[in-house]
Amino acid sequence: MPADRGSLKTADRPSDGQAPARRSPQAARAAAARGAIPWPLGVPALLGALFLLVPLGGLLVRAPWRGMPRLLADSQVLDALRLSLLCASAATAVSLVFGVPLAWVLARWQVRGIGLLRALVTLPLVLPPVVGGVALLLAFGRQGLLGRLLDEWTGITLPFTTAGVIVAETFVAMPFLIITVEGAFRASDRGFEEAAATLGASRLTVFRTVTLPLIGPSLLAGAVLCWARALGEFGATITFAGNFPGRTQTMPLAVYVALESDPEAAVALSLVLLVVSIAVLAGLRDRWLTAGTTR
Amino acid sequence: MRRSALTLTVAAATGLLLAGCGSSSTPAASPATSSTAVSDSPALSGTVNVFAAASLQEAFTTLGRQFEAAHPGTKVVFNFGPSSGLATQITAGAPADVFASASTKNMDQVVKAAAATSPTNFASNVMEIAVPATNPAGVTGLFDLAKPAVKVALCQVAVPCGATAAKVFKNAKLTVTPVTQEIDVKAVLAKVTLGEVDAGVVYVTDVRAAGAKVKGIQIPANVNASTVYPIATLTKAPNKATAAAFTDDVLSADGVSILAADGFAKP
Repeated sequence: MPADRGSLKTADRPSDGQAPARRSPQAARAAAARGAIPWPLGVPALLGALFLLVPLGGLLVRAPWRGMPRLLADSQVLDALRLSLLCASAATAVSLVFGVPLAWVLARWQVRGIGLLRALVTLPLVLPPVVGGVALLLAFGRQGLLGRLLDEWTGITLPFTTAGVIVAETFVAMPFLIITVEGAFRASDRGFEEAAATLGASRLTVFRTVTLPLIGPSLLAGAVLCWARALGEFGATITFAGNFPGRTQTMPLAVYVALESDPEAAVALSLVLLVVSIAVLAGLRDRWLTAGTTR
Repeated sequence: MRRSALTLTVAAATGLLLAGCGSSSTPAASPATSSTAVSDSPALSGTVNVFAAASLQEAFTTLGRQFEAAHPGTKVVFNFGPSSGLATQITAGAPADVFASASTKNMDQVVKAAAATSPTNFASNVMEIAVPATNPAGVTGLFDLAKPAVKVALCQVAVPCGATAAKVFKNAKLTVTPVTQEIDVKAVLAKVTLGEVDAGVVYVTDVRAAGAKVKGIQIPANVNASTVYPIATLTKAPNKATAAAFTDDVLSADGVSILAADGFAKP
């Protein structure tokens, strides 16, 4: 099966023109994949894997399995879970609406300073989330640059509301979507777009009917990454939206708060979050892979 | 070429980091001339890690600086935070030398886990309402906090400031629904300072520490509630001698006067 896929790939790219010569390196690669791993790579690799897996194991080992039903039946837990799923999904939706066009502009608009803009909008990727929360307060808080106007004109204030949670999560998670999708826009074959344009399609039609379907798998990957980052968001959320059960207390906040009063509950909550994350990643992975192979 | 340069940089940086970690845990060599120290014990040295309630930040920072000056070669490192969270960290094995809690409840938790013995109460504190300097909601007293239009920040109830505020409301037979339950008293104060809430219930010492950035509104003594601060040198303190000296310092007449200057009362 893999051999078929390989030949399909080379057939897809006539510019390669080296299909016969490629066979042997491929065979060599396959042989190398089955051979022994040199220890300077194998030992750090093993340690790295253990480092990532042992804490998750610890969560499973120390989980209060017997008390789970009681701990999870708590309405506050269900509130936090519902809020987390709702806010992460809303943040992903907002990110798609604004992030995909922004990624397209960053990838296609060739003007001076676009590189700087790209660096700036992806800054939240590396910015500590708490700093993001403070920045959000200064911009959208009741006394903030825009928040003050929003409060004066509409009486709406974002901090301490569920909308505030979505704002905080979007701020932190959208760059993950932008950077993934922008890369895909750059890598996508411009030939199809040019063909559509010569056939009379407008730029917007090309974007909708050619470009977007082309980057489908990357769009999904970016959205999943964005959703997962939003689900785990803590620092910006607690700083900008505060902590109130049922309104702004998402699962990570509930875990943090529970750790101080009832560590067993914190472990139980963490397990729920772990299961949700695994379920989503596993569920989407299949679609992801199939989407990848059909293209 | 470029890659090897990068590797070198990373290696160097890691080395520096490791060196940094090492020096902080190994006691710095203290000069023999440090006999000017007030105590008659042998020269103290090394780092002492003090886990202290967030409300102690100003007073303890002053105390720590004085301690370092009196005992050259020592370094006082603070971990300020919610007493409940600090207690959890200590019982989970955090390398702490001294614990100063904003309530006996969280100290008891540490004692019960055999991480400390015989704590001593050294201060007490009462609550006050803090409003932004401009007092946007026109708060004049405790009863205003129950109004739905007034945005109130409180500590979460697991933290001493949250539990004490809850007692105040119970005494006054008031139901206050906050917009947020912050993780510690300084987080509540920050939300007030930024003007994001109309009022917060904090300790009198926090209002004093914030200076002109917030306005304090007193809570009537007949409904106000107080919390007692205990301190203890931890049984597994990595630097026990210096830790005990710091604890003694807090309990000394000098320590009491610094705490009193910040608004703390006697226990």
